[in-house]
Amino acid sequence: MSTRDLETKPVIGLEIHVQLATRTKLFCGCPLEFGAEPNSRVCPVCLGMPGVLPVMNRTAFELAVRAATALHCDIARFTKWDRKSYYYPDLPKNYQISQYDLPFSSDGYFDVPVGETTKRVRILRVHLEEDAGKNLHDNPAVTLVDLNRTGTPLLEIVTQPDIESADEAYAFCTELQKLVTYLGVSEANMQMGHMRFEPNINVHITRDGVVYKTPIVEVKNLNSFRSVRGAVMYEIERQIQDWLADPTYTLENRGKENRGWNDTREITEFQRSKEEAHDYRYFPEPDLVPVEISEAWLAELQADIPELPLDRQQRLQDEVELSAADAATIVGDRATADLFEAAIAAGGHGITLGKQFISFWLRRAKERNTSIAGLGIDAERLGELSRLTADGTINATAAARIAEHMLDSADTPMAIAQREGLIQVKDVGQMQVWVDEAFAANAKAVQDAVSNPKKQQRARGFLTGQVMKLSAGQADPKIVGELIDKKLAELAAG
Amino acid sequence: MAALTDIRDAIRSRACSSREAVLACIEAIQACDPQLKAFVSYDGDRAIERAEEIDEQIEQGQPLGPLAGVPIAVKDNLCTSFGYTTCSSKMLEHFAAPYDAHVIQCLNAAGAVIIGKTNLDEFAMGSSTENSGLFQTKNPWDVSRVPGGSSGGSAAAVAARLVPAALGSDTGGSIRQPASFCGVTGLKPTYGRVSRYGLVAYGSSLDQIGPLAQDVRDAALLLGVIAGHDPRDSTSVQHDVPDYVAALDAPLTHVRIGVPAEYFGEGLDPEVRAAVEAALDVYRQRGAELVPVHLPHLAYAIACYYLIATAEASSNLARYDGVHYGYRSEKVTDYVDLYCASRQEGFGPEVRRRIMLGTFALSSGYYDAYYLKALKVRTLIRQDFEKAFEACDVIAGPVAPTPAFRLGEKASDPLSMYLADIYTISVNLAGLPGISIPCGRSADGLPIGLQLMGPHFGEAPLLRIAHEYQRETDWHTRTPPVCANGTKE
Ligand SMILES: [Zn+2]
Repeated sequence: MSTRDLETKPVIGLEIHVQLATRTKLFCGCPLEFGAEPNSRVCPVCLGMPGVLPVMNRTAFELAVRAATALHCDIARFTKWDRKSYYYPDLPKNYQISQYDLPFSSDGYFDVPVGETTKRVRILRVHLEEDAGKNLHDNPAVTLVDLNRTGTPLLEIVTQPDIESADEAYAFCTELQKLVTYLGVSEANMQMGHMRFEPNINVHITRDGVVYKTPIVEVKNLNSFRSVRGAVMYEIERQIQDWLADPTYTLENRGKENRGWNDTREITEFQRSKEEAHDYRYFPEPDLVPVEISEAWLAELQADIPELPLDRQQRLQDEVELSAADAATIVGDRATADLFEAAIAAGGHGITLGKQFISFWLRRAKERNTSIAGLGIDAERLGELSRLTADGTINATAAARIAEHMLDSADTPMAIAQREGLIQVKDVGQMQVWVDEAFAANAKAVQDAVSNPKKQQRARGFLTGQVMKLSAGQADPKIVGELIDKKLAELAAG
Repeated sequence: MAALTDIRDAIRSRACSSREAVLACIEAIQACDPQLKAFVSYDGDRAIERAEEIDEQIEQGQPLGPLAGVPIAVKDNLCTSFGYTTCSSKMLEHFAAPYDAHVIQCLNAAGAVIIGKTNLDEFAMGSSTENSGLFQTKNPWDVSRVPGGSSGGSAAAVAARLVPAALGSDTGGSIRQPASFCGVTGLKPTYGRVSRYGLVAYGSSLDQIGPLAQDVRDAALLLGVIAGHDPRDSTSVQHDVPDYVAALDAPLTHVRIGVPAEYFGEGLDPEVRAAVEAALDVYRQRGAELVPVHLPHLAYAIACYYLIATAEASSNLARYDGVHYGYRSEKVTDYVDLYCASRQEGFGPEVRRRIMLGTFALSSGYYDAYYLKALKVRTLIRQDFEKAFEACDVIAGPVAPTPAFRLGEKASDPLSMYLADIYTISVNLAGLPGISIPCGRSADGLPIGLQLMGPHFGEAPLLRIAHEYQRETDWHTRTPPVCANGTKE
């Protein structure tokens, strides 16, 4: 039987860990530093030495509440910490300080753009916990433990199973990255492992009016958007095929299982099942006091939340008339979007600026492995370039040349245009001289343009090019076109 | 060895030097400790060096801390950046802590000279110091008997006058019960009064560090040095530290002493009862009013305590796994094996028993019936005390049901050992301050203790009322037959 005869509905939830952008760890003062020498960013507290006690990092808690607020979650006025017990060499206390039954936030939602529409995904809970260290298995004979990462603050975001496709899962993850960077909650640097994903996937299959559910599969520890999309896509298809091959392959019979993602082969592979999982023996952390949140503190924090990416994108589409795709690209990086709006405020021309951002500045930024904001060009100059282009002072070709100069000089676009002789000539008399000159020198082309219908278009273009050449690129192509048309019409009539 | 305050004053007035006081201590330890075995470690050279530093400061007229030059001992579950912090366990026998506990920093800042570290029941789990993974400490009043526990080393050392005072820790009675067995004064402060930073955790929500001393005045002096908020311990409370010593001389008017019937019921040794009742009489004669109070949930305190303390212990002691520090088994093949063998070999039987009990109590399916229920009972016990304190200033009763028992007497019966904590653990569950002061002797010549319990952060009045008893009696001045220095009976 092929899948075409079935009605299938993928049911996907996500568990996402986001590393918070604090200077220090969650329960001690050790600095967070990627790539430091192993075990050089540790102290008795994060090493789990006898007698040490944790102290909560207030900034981490604030960032966490910021993120949960932006995800429209209810913020608990009373929240506590719990110990989650399991033995592993990278966990020096052999318990992780986390939040179990009273997380600081729950019941939110996140709107994610999917194609032309917006998908609302409900958030079950968001809580705060400490990260473990790393076991290094470089040498097969020994396991080395690096505890630099131990105690790093992590936000765990758990969604309801509202996601229905790999593309939606992908969109959720990328949009979340945008959100947390916007909020300053996380650097969300994927290379540094700041975001890790664990999708829960199963499929509801309807055949002959009966609904069958495949086992819920949790794919562990994905650390790229691409692997999220790949794993979800692979799982949906695999589960349907496995069920087709064996109708007892159902949630009822098999329960839940864990699988890992093989990035090279692009498949998921079976791991231990959830029934065999640990009894984590959660209990309230006696070394930390519960956190009580005051209304005033919360109100202050909420007032401080900036416009969210999706709202900003919509506003730019409405106010500046950018296309959805261009607006999304510009909004994708908060600093770039801030620069864009600052350039408009400095007198820039919106649509033209949008075009220049996408067609020119973005390309240059990518070549240099940075964002547009990272190019270091100030808003005033960006705005001026778009304004000069829009009002016809320079033409598009000149704008591109001026922009190149702007990358390595602090001069204004106007100064560059003057220095380089790129100001568009608007003197119609001068342009008429160039047109007449071009007509005189290219009799054959004039002949074709007037009387050869097959070659008319090409000949006209050739003449325009000749005029631009005579003007050294400074003639206004629009006026040149009008002058040529007028002269050709006279010749035809004449 | 004279009392803490006397030595402090003598050093301050240059009647003796810190070096002399420390040397006297070392001599006493050398003479007496081979028999008592109160100390896990002591470092005479280090102590003398430190004493000479203090003497130098005195010489130069520099400002002095409240314990300048005074020798002191600390329980070996308090982390020190010198020597080892063993917790009397094979697991940490060679563990050198990389930092000083908060109370150690307080002692250093006050100018005290830490002489050595005292024996305890392994990881403070026990009531006789027989569970020490290193060796047994003996009661100076009768070396065939236990000193109590778990701060048995500190109590024996103070009782035998090897040191003028010591620090202990109290999770279910571990300061008060050995103080009672050894005839010294021991105070468990309010939970949150003293920072636990650097105290190797047993039951985190119950543990509290406190002084063991010859009398209430010395205990008050020592408490004043170690009490106060510490940002490194989130459960330490920002509450003013009064001058506990000055408060001892405040006038005392109309004291109401609560007497809970539940503390005088079945299982209480008649000699202990008689001594405690005699002590209450002393108060009555001094004009105190004895008020009957009720603590109806006392019967559940032991069960409640052994669920909460062991649950927390099972988690607190998970870190001793042979991976990062401490004892590591040699004969292992993989990491699970490394955990199992290191913990099996590194921990003694009582520690293993409590870890298993606590692990069970927290297990999925049992949590609600055990741990969660214990937390509810704990709330009821706390409310019992709150209600009782509406009618009285302090509550009085025995510290332990019997005087010191014989070595080995209860070692094979952990349950009867647990029952010995009946009168002390409620105070830990309720987070209250409690003090044990000597109030008599059994026919066998063994000390008997009176326990006084106060409301949260009521240390000053509690000490004041305890001090009143010592003004009227001399039990606290008596010294045991095994005594290197001072008056023998
Ligand atoms: Zn640290």
